[in-house]
Amino acid sequence: MDFSLTKEQVLFQQMIKDFAEREVKPLAAEVDEQERFPIETVEKMAKIGIMGIPIPKQYGGAGGNNVMYSMAVEELSAVCATTGVIVSAHTSLCAAPIMENGTEAQKQKYLPKLASGEWIGAFGLTEPNAGTDAAGQQTTAVEDGDNYIINGSKIFITNAEFAHVYVIFAMTDKSKGTRGITAFIVEKGTPGFSIGKKEKKMGIRGSATCELIFENVVLPKENMLGKLNKGFGIAMKTLDGGRIGIAAQALGIAQGAINETVRYVKERKQFGRPISGFQNTQFQLADMNTKTEASRMLVRKAANKKDQKVPYSVDAAMCKLYAAETAMEVTNKAVQLHGGYGYTREYPVERMMRDAKITEIYEGTSEVQRMVISANMLK
Amino acid sequence: MNIVVCIKQVPDTTEIKIDPKTGTLIRDGVPSIMNPDDKSGLEMALQLKDEQGAHVTVITMGPPQADLILREAYAMGVDRAIHLTDRKFAGADTLATSHALAGALRKIDFDLLITGRQAIDGDTAQVGPQIAEHLDLPQVSYLEDLKFDGDKTFTMKRHIEEGYQMLQVEAPCVVTVLSSANSPRYMSVGGIVDAYQKEVEVWGFNEIEVDEKDLGLKGSPTSVHKAFARGLKPAGELYEVETDEAVGIIIKKLKEKFILN
Ligand SMILES: Cc1cc2nc3c(=O)[nH]c(=O)nc-3n(C[C@H](O)[C@H](O)[C@H](O)COP(=O)(O)OP(=O)(O)OC[C@H]3O[C@@H](n4cnc5c(N)ncnc54)[C@H](O)[C@@H]3O)c2cc1C
Ligand SMILES: Cc1cc2nc3c(=O)[nH]c(=O)nc-3n(C[C@H](O)[C@H](O)[C@H](O)COP(=O)(O)OP(=O)(O)OC[C@H]3O[C@@H](n4cnc5c(N)ncnc54)[C@H](O)[C@@H]3O)c2cc1C
Repeated sequence: MDFSLTKEQVLFQQMIKDFAEREVKPLAAEVDEQERFPIETVEKMAKIGIMGIPIPKQYGGAGGNNVMYSMAVEELSAVCATTGVIVSAHTSLCAAPIMENGTEAQKQKYLPKLASGEWIGAFGLTEPNAGTDAAGQQTTAVEDGDNYIINGSKIFITNAEFAHVYVIFAMTDKSKGTRGITAFIVEKGTPGFSIGKKEKKMGIRGSATCELIFENVVLPKENMLGKLNKGFGIAMKTLDGGRIGIAAQALGIAQGAINETVRYVKERKQFGRPISGFQNTQFQLADMNTKTEASRMLVRKAANKKDQKVPYSVDAAMCKLYAAETAMEVTNKAVQLHGGYGYTREYPVERMMRDAKITEIYEGTSEVQRMVISANMLK
Repeated sequence: MNIVVCIKQVPDTTEIKIDPKTGTLIRDGVPSIMNPDDKSGLEMALQLKDEQGAHVTVITMGPPQADLILREAYAMGVDRAIHLTDRKFAGADTLATSHALAGALRKIDFDLLITGRQAIDGDTAQVGPQIAEHLDLPQVSYLEDLKFDGDKTFTMKRHIEEGYQMLQVEAPCVVTVLSSANSPRYMSVGGIVDAYQKEVEVWGFNEIEVDEKDLGLKGSPTSVHKAFARGLKPAGELYEVETDEAVGIIIKKLKEKFILN
C-alpha cells in the first residue's frame, strides 16, 4: 500500500495550488457577492488543460487521471467553490458520460471542444417533480422518423447559462419507468431549446444554476447517447463519477476554511494572548484537520479505484457523504472560531459555510448516499 | 533558432528561516522552486518558440533533486533538458559553477543563451556574465524585453538605474533576464502528464569540455569570512490607488490585524 502521490501528481499539485492562489482566490469574494460566473477564469483554466484533465490525449484532453482531477477540484474549491463546481459539472457530468457512452463520432465531435474548454458542458436530470426520485422524469422524447421530439423542462442545472453541450434525460417509454429513460446530447442554440429562470442561491453563487426548457426540440437520432431506454443507468453511473468531484469540492472547502482559521487564530488576541493559545481552539483545529484528512483519503481512494477501473460506486457515495458533512461541520467551526468577524463578509469563512451546504444536497443528498452504502451492505 | 536557458533550483526564500546562531539558511523542509529570474528567462525563450518555432533546451547544475525543475520545464514546453551532476562539481562557488556550465555549453549549438539575472539564494548575479566571458560571447544583462529582428539580430531592452537602454545584438550572445520581464506561464496539465516520460540527459565531467582544475572546491577561490542575518522585513503589498482609497485600505488592514478597532 502506498499513500504517496506519484511524481506527476506532485508536480500537478504544485501547479494547481499556485494557479488557485494567484488566479482564482482574488476573484472569489466578488464572484460570490455579484453572483457572477467567472468566465475569465474558465478561459485561463482552458488554456492550461484544466477543463480536460481525465480526457485521453487522443480526444484533445490532458490524458491525466481521476486522482489529478479530484486534486484540481479540491484546490480550486479551497479558494472558490464556485470555480470548483464549474470544473466538476463540466468534466464529470458532461464530458465523462460522452467519453463512456458516446459513439466514436460523438466522441470526435464533442470531446476535443469540451477538453480544450472551448465549449462548457452541463447535465440535465433534475426536474421539478423528479429530484431524489430521478425516475419520475416528465420530459418526453417521441420518435419521429429520423428524429426525436423533446418536450419538458429541467431545473437547477449547473453551468446552464454558459454551456454549449448538455447531456439530458427524457422518457422514451412511459410505461417502462426507469427502463424507459434515454440520454441525449443537446447543443446550445438548437431551435426550441432555451434557458429559463436563474436561481438565487445561498452559496456557490457564481455558478449559473438555471432551468432548461424544451419546446418541440427536434433532435436527430445521432444525438442519442448510449442505447434507447438505457438512460437511467447512464445517469446513475455518471453521478457515481460526479460524486468524486463533489466530494473533492467539499474537501477543498473544508481545507480552505482550515487555512483561513489557522491564520486568524494566531492573529486575533483576547485576554492578552492569541486565541490559538486556548486549548479549545487547539482541540477544535485538531478535529477539523483530522476529519478533513480522512475525507481526503476517501476521495483519493474512490478516484484511484475509478482509475483502476474497478467498481467504486460505494466508495464514491462514502467519500461524498463524509466529505460533505465534514465541510459543513468544519466551516461551522471555522465561523465560530472567527467569532463575530466570521459572520461578516469581511472574512471568507462566511462564504465557505454557505458554499459547504450544497455539497450535502446535489448529486445525491446525504440521505441518498446512506441508501447506496447500506443497500450494498444488506444485499 | 536554438536557445539554451540556464535554470537553478533554489529554496523558496519566501518560506525560509535563518538560523540565528550560525547565520545560515535553514533549508530543511523548505520547498525548492525554479529560481524566479530563470523562470522569466525560460518564458522569454518559450515566447520566441511560440512566435518563431525555436528549439529550447534547459540546463541545470545541481544535486539529483534538481531533476524536479527540469520536469517542470518540460511541462512548460521545452524540447530538451540536461542535468549536470558529478561529484567533481561539488562545493562550487560562482566561478566553478560558471566553468562547469560553460563546459557543457561548448557541447551545445545555440544562438541565444539565457540566464536569470540572479539566484535568490546565492544572490551574486555573477554566473551569467562569467559564462559569457568563458565562452567569449557578447553579453547583455538585466533584460526586460527581447525581440527577434530576423537575420540573427535581436533588439533588447535593458534595465539601467536611470531608465532603459535599447540595444541591437547579434547572435550568438548571452543575456541575463529580470523576473519583472514577464509573468511565466503555468505548466500545462498535458505537459505534466508527459513530463516524466521524457528523457533528462544526465551529464558528468566526461560529457563536458572543461579543465578539471576549474571545477568544484578546487576551482572555487571564494572563502566565506562570516555570514550573518540581516533583520527581515516581510514582503509588502503594493497598491496603486487614489489617496482616499489608500487610506481605506490601510484602515482595513489595521482592523484585520486588530491594531485599530
Ligand atoms: C445549486 C444546485 C445545482 C444543481 N445542479 C444540478 C445539475 O447540474 N444537474 C441536475 O440534474 N441536477 C442538479 N441539481 C439538482 C439536485 O441534484 C437535486 O436538488 C437533488 O438531487 C435533490 O432533489 P430535490 O431538490 O428535488 O429534493 P427532494 O428529492 O425533494 O428531497 C427533499 C428531502 O427529502 C429527502 N428524501 C427524498 N427521498 C427520500 C427517501 N426516499 N428517503 C429519505 N429521504 C428522502 C432528501 O434527502 C431531502 O432531504 C442541482 C441543485 C442545486 C441546488
Ligand atoms: C560565497 C559562496 C560560496 C558557495 N559555496 C558553495 C559550496 O561550498 N557548495 C555549494 O554547493 N554551493 C556553494 N555556493 C553556491 C553556488 O556557488 C551556486 O550554486 C552558484 O554559484 C550560483 O551562484 P548564485 O546563486 O549567486 O547565482 P547567480 O550568479 O546569482 O545566478 C545567475 C544565473 O546563473 C544561472 N545559474 C546559477 N547557478 C546555476 C546552476 N547551478 N545551474 C544552472 N544555472 C545556474 C541561473 O540562470 C541564474 O539565474 C556558494 C555560493 C557563494 C556565493
